Amino acid sequence: MVTIYDRRPGISRRDLLKRGGAAGVGALLVISGTAVISQQDAWGLETTALKPETMATLIQMARDVYPHDQVPDKYYAIAVKSHDEAAAKDAAHKDLIEKGVADLDQRSGAGGYRGLGWEEERVKVLRQIEETPFFQAIRGGLVVGLYNQKEVWPIFGYEGESYSKGGYIARGFDDIEWL
Amino acid sequence: MAAPYDLNDDSVVVIIGSGAGGGTLGSELAQKGIDTVILEAGPRVEYDAFVNDEWDSFGQLAWKDMRTTGGTWRVAKDFPNLPAWIVKAVGGSTTHWAGASLRFQEHEFKTLTHYGKIEGASLLDWPISLADLEPYYAKAEDRMGVTRTNGIEGLPGNNNFKIMKAGADKLGYKDCHTGNMAINSAERDGRNFCQQTGFCFQGCKWGAKWSTLYSEIPKGEATGKLEVRPNAQAVKIEHDASGKVTGVTYADKDGKLSTQKARIVAVAGNSIESPRLLLNSASSMFPNGLANSSGQVGKNYMRHTTGSVYAIFDKPVHFYRGTTMAGIIRDEAKHDTSRGFAGGYELETLALGVPFMAAFLDPGAWGRSFTTALDHYDHMAGMWIVGEDMPRDVNAVTLDPAAKDAFGMPVAHVSFTDHANDEAMRNHAYRQGAALYDAVGATRTFPTPPYPSTHNLGTNRMSDKPSEGVVNKFGQAHDIKNLFVSDGSQFTTGGAENPTLTIVSLAIRQADYIAQEMSAKNI
Repeated sequence: MVTIYDRRPGISRRDLLKRGGAAGVGALLVISGTAVISQQDAWGLETTALKPETMATLIQMARDVYPHDQVPDKYYAIAVKSHDEAAAKDAAHKDLIEKGVADLDQRSGAGGYRGLGWEEERVKVLRQIEETPFFQAIRGGLVVGLYNQKEVWPIFGYEGESYSKGGYIARGFDDIEWL
Repeated sequence: MAAPYDLNDDSVVVIIGSGAGGGTLGSELAQKGIDTVILEAGPRVEYDAFVNDEWDSFGQLAWKDMRTTGGTWRVAKDFPNLPAWIVKAVGGSTTHWAGASLRFQEHEFKTLTHYGKIEGASLLDWPISLADLEPYYAKAEDRMGVTRTNGIEGLPGNNNFKIMKAGADKLGYKDCHTGNMAINSAERDGRNFCQQTGFCFQGCKWGAKWSTLYSEIPKGEATGKLEVRPNAQAVKIEHDASGKVTGVTYADKDGKLSTQKARIVAVAGNSIESPRLLLNSASSMFPNGLANSSGQVGKNYMRHTTGSVYAIFDKPVHFYRGTTMAGIIRDEAKHDTSRGFAGGYELETLALGVPFMAAFLDPGAWGRSFTTALDHYDHMAGMWIVGEDMPRDVNAVTLDPAAKDAFGMPVAHVSFTDHANDEAMRNHAYRQGAALYDAVGATRTFPTPPYPSTHNLGTNRMSDKPSEGVVNKFGQAHDIKNLFVSDGSQFTTGGAENPTLTIVSLAIRQADYIAQEMSAKNI
């Protein structure tokens, strides 16, 4: 069971760092026990089948595959959590993801994939593996997993469903002024 | 009231499919007093149940049963089991179509004559001319309420159209307007008018766009002579020892097989399922499939030369608001080989929501080149290219040698490879589309590859000679006189125009012919 928490009051950054095994994920995400936690935005994602470090790497990888600087990590986390659910039901999927991430880390040098500071460096590693089933599983899943979240649509300026508002006949279907 | 017919009633006309062809034919026949049963593979989803959500609607309406693909078209790589985006529901693809209703041009019925022999293409003249179809085009336009015909006003232009029009003017295009659309610009025929909601491709929740679901079929049902049987997927057409067809075996939603007897069978399952059904109906008498003595069933699969051009501007557009196909440029639809290809193409506005834009802008692409396009989604404009593609016998719908459906029948294998003429046309259209947007100040343009096919044509083509096609000029099988084809698969060639108006016109004409032949006791 993967849970997305909107808030985790009571866990301070210090608490997290005191726990064994806690490690920084980039600047924003922290691993704690079986969870990936975003300090800054107060959400956490608990994993059941995949290692939380693996999930943290997937979140970073998701952002590197489809980078939108204005989209918070939370939506990337939601977009990849299905891999934890699939891994819980299917050992082959778990293997695909864990081995894929291990390979990514191995190709990235001593600090692993998340240790590479620049997106450009991480993308260079991703280019090496873009034909693999692992990469395609992650990328393919993101197309719907990321872009079909109604919460991200306003970030792109897409208004979604319009029937209940009477369409756009009185709401700007022809409001362009700059032509 | 809808009339339920007995399975053993062998006096009925059985139509397979309820879309532009089947839905129109069924309603026409019923209104002529002919007992008719339409078998529809999908459910009946009334228009108030449609959803303004691209993927949810896809789940609700699309034909998702597995198909396989071959050939070098990019769809085979990006969407190997989804060669076409068509509908499995009552109303067929008239539930999700854009509404563009254009007549073929005169020369497009006679392409072999006008284009000459083209290597690698199996061009053939239609056995009918524009003059033969004109009276039926007129009936269809009236029936469907096509704008700019019958005194019906054009739709108002949305933001996406205004950009197209400004660019068209700068490029010197003369024939640019808000289209001939089967979408009401004012209330007509008991239907609402367009509320500029967007989501035309998800089914019109206002019923403003013509669809057999709520326009034609209820009129047929009101006569008491038409039964539409949803969740009834045809698996085989039966015949007797004389070679006449006698009924259709279909599976209901629980997979139970039944056979509806028939006096006449009309196949209208769209250009992938129609040939598949004829091929799957092979018997010892017809070992290559029904109506296939020519070997032409499934051949000459056409899908229009398509593609899109999207553009980003430095100011907002909100192109998803309003009619999806809100405008057209027809200047390139002519046949003019000085452009380096035979035939022509239309440019029509198009918009996708964020979910489909992500899936279709450049399938498989990733990284900032891709994502910065979506970052400016609300600053985008877009158009779709729809042009005539070359019929080729190597482009075909065949039976997959391995994959089978839930009823044990081989699935359709759809193979397509562009002809050089198709590629030259698409590249020309990409350049024109980009130039148009550049002329209005685009900062970036995207030549976007074709989507899974929405215009599937030609796999049971009409021909004068029985050796060159599957059906005659009335859509009647050359081999079996009580078997008809009533959808876009009877197109001899594809034309540059969106096909629905021509499918509806052919169905109205076919209904007249069937009624006449029935009363003459010829069938």
